[in-house]
Amino acid sequence: MTRRLLIPVALVHLFAFSVTALAQEGAEAGGIDAAVNDVFSVATGWFVSFIFSNLPGTSFPWIVLWLVVGATIFTVYFGFIQFRAFKHAIQLVKGDYSDPNDAGEVSHFQALATALSGTVGLGNIAGVAVAIGIGGPGATFWMILAGLMGMASKFTECTLGVKYRNEFPNGTVSGGPMYYMEKGFKERGMPGGRFLAVLFAIFCILGSLGGGNMFQANQAHAQLANIFGDFPGWITGIVFAAVVFAVIVGGIKSIARVTEKVVPFMGVLYVVAALIIILANIDQIGVAFGRIFEGAFTGLGVAGGLVGALIQGFRRAAFSNEAGVGSAAIAHSAVKTKEPITEGFVSLLEPFIDTVVICTMTALVIIISDQLITDANGMFILNDDGTTIQTVGDTSGVALTSAAFATAFSWFPIVLAIAVILFAFSTMLSWSYYGLKAWTYLFGEGKTKEIVFKVTFCIFVVIGAAASLGPVIDFSDAAIFAMAVVNIAALYVLMPIVKRELNSYWSRLKSGEIKRYAGSSTKRTQPAE
Amino acid sequence: MTTTLVIGIDGSPASKRALAHGQRLSKLIGDCTLMLVYVIEWSPYTFQSAEENEQRHNRREEEIHVAKSRVLDPMIKELAADGFKAECKVRHGNAAEILNAVAVENHAEQIIIARGSEGGIASRFFGTVSVKLATSASVPVTIVS
Repeated sequence: MTRRLLIPVALVHLFAFSVTALAQEGAEAGGIDAAVNDVFSVATGWFVSFIFSNLPGTSFPWIVLWLVVGATIFTVYFGFIQFRAFKHAIQLVKGDYSDPNDAGEVSHFQALATALSGTVGLGNIAGVAVAIGIGGPGATFWMILAGLMGMASKFTECTLGVKYRNEFPNGTVSGGPMYYMEKGFKERGMPGGRFLAVLFAIFCILGSLGGGNMFQANQAHAQLANIFGDFPGWITGIVFAAVVFAVIVGGIKSIARVTEKVVPFMGVLYVVAALIIILANIDQIGVAFGRIFEGAFTGLGVAGGLVGALIQGFRRAAFSNEAGVGSAAIAHSAVKTKEPITEGFVSLLEPFIDTVVICTMTALVIIISDQLITDANGMFILNDDGTTIQTVGDTSGVALTSAAFATAFSWFPIVLAIAVILFAFSTMLSWSYYGLKAWTYLFGEGKTKEIVFKVTFCIFVVIGAAASLGPVIDFSDAAIFAMAVVNIAALYVLMPIVKRELNSYWSRLKSGEIKRYAGSSTKRTQPAE
Repeated sequence: MTTTLVIGIDGSPASKRALAHGQRLSKLIGDCTLMLVYVIEWSPYTFQSAEENEQRHNRREEEIHVAKSRVLDPMIKELAADGFKAECKVRHGNAAEILNAVAVENHAEQIIIARGSEGGIASRFFGTVSVKLATSASVPVTIVS
């Protein structure tokens, strides 16, 4: 383990060395960032404008309403499944219902952990800071609500992901919205499945290049610049792209394996640090929640007031937990189970852990540490452009979270920098997989086709790190939400299939037909023959 | 009624000593079945990448095939030639828990494992595994040095 931990630390040192060497040269070439930013903004502006256009006569983006309505419909249609099945989901993750004959296959825990490694990351650190920086503490309330509602969306898509996955003759499995759209629509005798699947695959590729790639590179660079001083983003981009290239093209699995093992530890470390800060300021928790509730319904002077807080809360929650987006259906589909609905139950824990627990912790730390500047009446003071709240040190995104944690632990920005790099890297690897699945769905399997996507993915790492936060975050959101547009539309059509599965499973569970195996699954065995 | 002895096997020289002890006991007992158990260390709580998950089913089948074809099948063949009754199993999981579970399932009289300085056997049957079995197994345990 010590050796494994040395690798990311060594990477940081190597990076620091590269930065020092290149910074001087980079300062002269800083114009590259500006050029990348300009081209990128122009190229993606129309797409972003369309996705985030407001409902006629309002200042409410239609896409946010789409997500809210979707999550609400799934919640009601499945009878508040996120609350009813919560205990059963934990039993499934513990392995209480796992067939002993499946020991050695992908467990519910592993499928959940893999999906979480793709979602828990910068959305929880930087995304929350962005939401609070624009929407105020009230955004936290809407974020939690979105997380709770999103559990039903995740349940629906992951059940379908397993039900309609492809099991190839060579033993590998592959699933995702593309497959349930095509097969599910066919099963229901409805047209348009293939069309939606192709559309989803296109948006999934864009999402993998945006939120799953550029946003990660961008925020990793922001955190590094915060520690080493300002330097051109393309330097970070090239270093990141080289490591990603080594893994996804070069096939150096050891880097990916180390990341997969270290990231959960960084996640635990992050949560523990947040908990310590929260517990050390336990007397301020009441005040913090007071601001969250007050801000949720009054806005406390933030841009856009209540609606502004709501929009930011829902946007960042969706970006963080990806409920309704469809990406998790790809990650969860490798589980070994005879009952697809069980993976649906397990997946509903994902938005809970990601948003309700971790995002809330980040939000509480930012609020408790008094990073947001208020006037004598407790109203937030906005920046000159009137869009974001003034913060101590004029920070935003991951730098704001870093500053908040630094108020309690001065050394935390270093830990956070390592965590951000690892989270960013882990999320990139996950999304390179999701993007590749969509790519191969569109263009078919094949070495050359895969290489084309993987190299493109690496190029976007550099672009993401070099562009400024605004255009990157807008494009990242737009691409992810575009996936949700297609996915949720398909889920409406296919949700009766999930309902049938749910009713059948639930009645068999109640009657005892679904067997519960005693104790932990590690105590069970399976015959080899 | 035949007596069943469960023997922990991992292909190392030390596990061959455990098997040799089982053979001696088998001769003394008479009607005896040697149950060779190969445990592939596995936990449902490890972290894997999406790509690893995609390949996991194949990997599992390969692991079972390799354990059987390279370790267990030659041993069973040899035992049969020497006139011993023997069966084998390959399982994924925690070695101590699996050995105990197999012993209980097959109403075995005892579990035989070996300890040794060899890395493979040391990590598998010495230390936590042997201590765990010695302290919590449902049937008598013999630890061969």
